Amino acid sequence: MSQPVVLYPSKPDKVYLFGTCLVDLFYPEAGLAGVELLEREGIEVIYPQDQTCCGQPAYTSGRSDEARAVARTQLDLFPEDWPVVVPSGSCAGMVRHQYPKLFAGTEDAARAEKLAARVWDLADFLVNVCHIKLADTGEPVTIALHTSCSSRREMGVADSGPALLRQLNNVTLVEPAKVTECCGFGGSFAVRHADISGAMANDKVAALAQTGCDRFLSTDCGCLMNISGVAEKQQKALPGEHLLSFLWQRTQPNREA
Amino acid sequence: MTQTHPKAPQHGHGSAINFRPQVKAALTNTQLRGNFDRAMTGLMHKRSAAFADWDLEALRDLGQAIRQQALRQLPDLLEQLERQCQANGIQVHWARNGDEACRVITEICQQRQARTVIKGKSMVTEEMELNAHLEQRGYTVLESDLGEYIVQMAKETPSHIIMPAIHKNTAEIAELMHTMTGVEQREDAHYLTDQARQQLREKFMQADVGISGVNFAVADSGTLCLVENEGNGRLTTTTPPCHIAVTGIEKVVPSLTDVAPLLSLLTRSATGQSITTYVNMISRPRQPDEKDGPEAVHLVLVDNGRSDIYQDDELAQTLQCIRCGACMNHCPVYTRIGGHAYGTTYPGPIGQVLMPQLLGLEQTPDFASASSLCGSCGEVCPVRIPLPSLLLRLRREAVDGDQTRPSTVPGHGSKRSGMESLIWTFWRVVHRHPGLYRQTTRLASRLRALSPKRLGGWTRYRTAPKLAKTTLHSAMNARSRRQQP
Repeated sequence: MSQPVVLYPSKPDKVYLFGTCLVDLFYPEAGLAGVELLEREGIEVIYPQDQTCCGQPAYTSGRSDEARAVARTQLDLFPEDWPVVVPSGSCAGMVRHQYPKLFAGTEDAARAEKLAARVWDLADFLVNVCHIKLADTGEPVTIALHTSCSSRREMGVADSGPALLRQLNNVTLVEPAKVTECCGFGGSFAVRHADISGAMANDKVAALAQTGCDRFLSTDCGCLMNISGVAEKQQKALPGEHLLSFLWQRTQPNREA
Repeated sequence: MTQTHPKAPQHGHGSAINFRPQVKAALTNTQLRGNFDRAMTGLMHKRSAAFADWDLEALRDLGQAIRQQALRQLPDLLEQLERQCQANGIQVHWARNGDEACRVITEICQQRQARTVIKGKSMVTEEMELNAHLEQRGYTVLESDLGEYIVQMAKETPSHIIMPAIHKNTAEIAELMHTMTGVEQREDAHYLTDQARQQLREKFMQADVGISGVNFAVADSGTLCLVENEGNGRLTTTTPPCHIAVTGIEKVVPSLTDVAPLLSLLTRSATGQSITTYVNMISRPRQPDEKDGPEAVHLVLVDNGRSDIYQDDELAQTLQCIRCGACMNHCPVYTRIGGHAYGTTYPGPIGQVLMPQLLGLEQTPDFASASSLCGSCGEVCPVRIPLPSLLLRLRREAVDGDQTRPSTVPGHGSKRSGMESLIWTFWRVVHRHPGLYRQTTRLASRLRALSPKRLGGWTRYRTAPKLAKTTLHSAMNARSRRQQP
């Protein structure tokens, strides 16, 4: 059936941050930017140090047993009823939409469903729960946004990126051709079917470069790593950045004008 | 018959086992990629325009409900369909598999002392390789759908379930028709269509038997619905003295009221049309007071693996398919490799889900994994088949990856290798032990200068990802120490 209407909670005092392993290893600044943005909204951010990975790599490889074993250890880390925010669309989607399926019929089913129901994409949370107001302090810049397939189709939060960027007066947002098309990442797909993935990624880089943007942003580290990697290999001037890092840097009050 | 081009590859005679080399060849064929990219982009726009004034999500809910309801009552509906068709004078035949269906059809042709057969578009007859079967027995078989006609002339197979010759552009078709039929080599779609029409018209008059597919078989009235745009379906089913309709058993719906919403979804999803030029509703052979129509109508109901799929509630959703092709039109993988690279009757996402169930996972080893799980197919499917979830299910089946749910698909476990199992065991151990995870990742960050610059397929197209100087775990730890001195 069609996706149910999403009921956002009222703005809480505290949230948990589920950082995800890609942010942990490759884009910690995006996680930190998310924390700064939330704190500026008056929300305390709790980061459970025992978190590791949502289990997605194993899950999408068909290894549900291993995925469940790792996912089960995450279930214990968010005991209070606070929202859990995630700075990456596909990991948010994994917990919110796949955990209930992964744990269905097991003794952890109820716990998994409870956790799933309070997991939010961090950018979406800033827009629809915090009702964040951003004041742009940066130089004029042209930006293209690549919204991940998970954010768009699984989480249904494709509007949040543009909603945040539109608040920044000096940012011109441009849209690449075939904006809804996948960048070709797909986790292990990029390695198992490297040539198909490479063809998709090449096309995505070409479409983004075609916009003439100064840089592109994404809310998903997999896409970011994929698109930046291709652009770098082709020595194209198409720097990429996580949306949250960009938002934080653009809204510093004492930023050098 | 002469070869169209001495070096032209013969498209569509691959197999799922050779998916990888077929993909490599397709990706380097710039002509082919251009043809698919243009065609699929156009079809996506047409579909979205066609649904612009509709509450598409509600219509998809309805389409899903109708198909699921029909499948729940499938055995009863099939018996009702048989009774109703027989009451209408349609002879009904059951075939367990493709070979049996081919035999049934051959017997009908023999009884009628037929020599020439004309065909409307039918994917289930592609599935059972009916043309080859009939030709081996001396029958002349001619495809009358323009796309199928082109593909048959080129000795290829369809590359798309709705537009069989979509892999060819006008120039290629002009050259093919010129070589094969002697018409002028003009890159003019109207001219070429007109020439094909003239050639086919004569054949319709001569044919002894017409064979067609079925889009929906209506159980309570015994009506066979067939949509098409060229009139070839109507000619195939009315001009020859005998019409044989062939369908998979899943195409049955309870009643005519179910057809309207499914038609609205089918034609808009497939070609962006509000309705096709022709909608044929066939319910009986020619009656004594009627001037035209076939004197005999047969319906061949083909199982060919479908009742095995039906046994599993999750996988049975595969059978909801109404064969619109929207999943392939919107698939970034299909769009880049084209239909022939799959080497199976049904390509694209629905093919990746259906074919492993029909042929076995060991025969289709790359199908479930050849998807970025972007979700486009599931998003556009008019009857809400959860294609990404089914691909995941097949990935689990391929490695017997879920002990809580027994594998059921033929060839399950065929991709479970010792090496991969070892890697996943290692992955599980590290990620189940937070202390070990933190140590490992911290160490990796410190030694990041040593991280490999070449990573197999990844670095064929990209630079290697660079580990950050510090992990988020360490950064957050330091942060909380600063805040709480």
